[in-house]
Amino acid sequence: MHRVASSAVDWNAIREDFPILREQAHGHPLIYFDSAATSQKPRNVLDALRNYYEHENANVHRGLHELSSRATAAYEKSRQRVASYLGAATADEIVFTRGTTESINLVAQAWGGKFIRARDVILLTEMEHHSNLVPWQLLAERTGAQLRFVPVRDDGTLALDQLPSLLTPEVKLFAFTHISNSLGTINPVAELCDKARSVGALTLVDAAQSVGHLPIDVRELGCDLLAFSGHKMCGPTGIGALYGRADILDSIPPWHGGGEMIVSVTLEKSAFKKAPHRFEAGTPNIAGAIGLAAAIDYIERIGRSAIFEHDAHLAGYAVERLTELPGMRVLGPREDRGALVGFVMETAHPHDLTTFADQHGLAMRGGHHCNQPLMRRFGLAGTTRASFYFYNTTAEIDRMIEILRAAVRFFS
Amino acid sequence: MSPELEELYQEVILDHSRRPRNFGDLADAAVLVHGDNPACGDEIHLGVRFGEGGNVQDIKFTGRGCAISQASASLMTTKLKGKSPAEAMEMFRVFHDLVTGETDDAPRMLGDLRLMQGVRKFPQRVKCAMLAWRAIEQALQQSAGESTISTETDFVAP
Repeated sequence: MHRVASSAVDWNAIREDFPILREQAHGHPLIYFDSAATSQKPRNVLDALRNYYEHENANVHRGLHELSSRATAAYEKSRQRVASYLGAATADEIVFTRGTTESINLVAQAWGGKFIRARDVILLTEMEHHSNLVPWQLLAERTGAQLRFVPVRDDGTLALDQLPSLLTPEVKLFAFTHISNSLGTINPVAELCDKARSVGALTLVDAAQSVGHLPIDVRELGCDLLAFSGHKMCGPTGIGALYGRADILDSIPPWHGGGEMIVSVTLEKSAFKKAPHRFEAGTPNIAGAIGLAAAIDYIERIGRSAIFEHDAHLAGYAVERLTELPGMRVLGPREDRGALVGFVMETAHPHDLTTFADQHGLAMRGGHHCNQPLMRRFGLAGTTRASFYFYNTTAEIDRMIEILRAAVRFFS
Repeated sequence: MSPELEELYQEVILDHSRRPRNFGDLADAAVLVHGDNPACGDEIHLGVRFGEGGNVQDIKFTGRGCAISQASASLMTTKLKGKSPAEAMEMFRVFHDLVTGETDDAPRMLGDLRLMQGVRKFPQRVKCAMLAWRAIEQALQQSAGESTISTETDFVAP
């Protein structure tokens, strides 16, 4: 049992809010250490989805009937909720998408298609998830733009000393992750945005691993665009958002065409709504947006600072305990890391380790984590990753260590 | 320890994964196949030399991967030496059916490879078991030269 000094949160009581944590896996109590892939959902989110379908379900922005008004109000209130959660100036700066990947693709295709020319540079880092790499490769192929990468140092941090030679006036956009999904590195977002601004480059932050784990204020960070997914922060799958500063969103042409995003349509051409509706063609994921707002309510009741402190404690404790094991290599920084730990063991391949752990009720992820270039950078085919959220405990980490010790005995 | 784990990682399999047989580069190989499992980053480099009538005269592999893929490759090489192409392909088919659960009784011709039957309870590990076999399938088809294969059959090289 552990305590977080500065908060009065009853972390064990919180587990009661997550029905799935009572599940068994292969006859063992489930230990869910895969929240970086997707988090579990608290009861209030499940209730919000059911309540929507039982009492409010209708299409938004078009029905003149009572249910459509309720659905539209709930959907737009969710947008407001996301805006205040991120510290955006107005709700118009929030575009609902399917998640981080779609948000980044929207920028790469619609913004990139209009503003990127041959020989322009998109600056990325070596630690990007494929979702913040492949869309830019596609854009580069289409436009003749160049991609540059900030290297990753052996300790898992960015080689910021190399920024001056990389962040030159040809750079039109600097897109980088807030927290690495493989290394746990927390990047200095405000500093990076500041440096990008000094050469006139826009910034896009991939906040998939951070948005549910620590306080984020887009105006304090100074980022121009920010992408995230709801399902990694207690929300449903299939919903996420793109934050974009108002003037930037307004400058981006439509992306998908269809209903909902138009003002008027003739057979020859159409006039489009303003942002954010311009980017939301078709019936949106209404239930998802409502579920996401419920997730934000839940997270804010606990408090993001308390969550961050709890997560950091778990990650620090996991690193400390893991390094007790023989033949263990933990990736990423020793300190100041997000709620996940990637590691490799001499005695067992990540796949064997993950299968072994799963048979003991411990859910982890083994493989390249959509980070193939980063794995290559560290000379690895893959790692095993234990990722945490506020519903995890140090007792579960102790159990993980027992299971890994058994795996060492089994495979060596 | 769960019975599924005991069945998946039998002692013989762990032994082959720790000390793979026929591991190394094959001098004057007629065929060299580079196999890759993009889902996990595992790889195999399989060299084959053919003798009279196209029989598998010698076969060696290098690469890296999980216990299942290494043991499968090691056991495969011990089993295929001296086999005709037709016999090798038949073994490919029978082994595939064994690990995917399409047959219940493991044919005797597989010998120790029958121990890999436990893989069928772990569908996400079938590709690990099949990596080396996809490589030999390719080697038999081309009978000379160098090539690359993948366990992702819908994989399109850029």
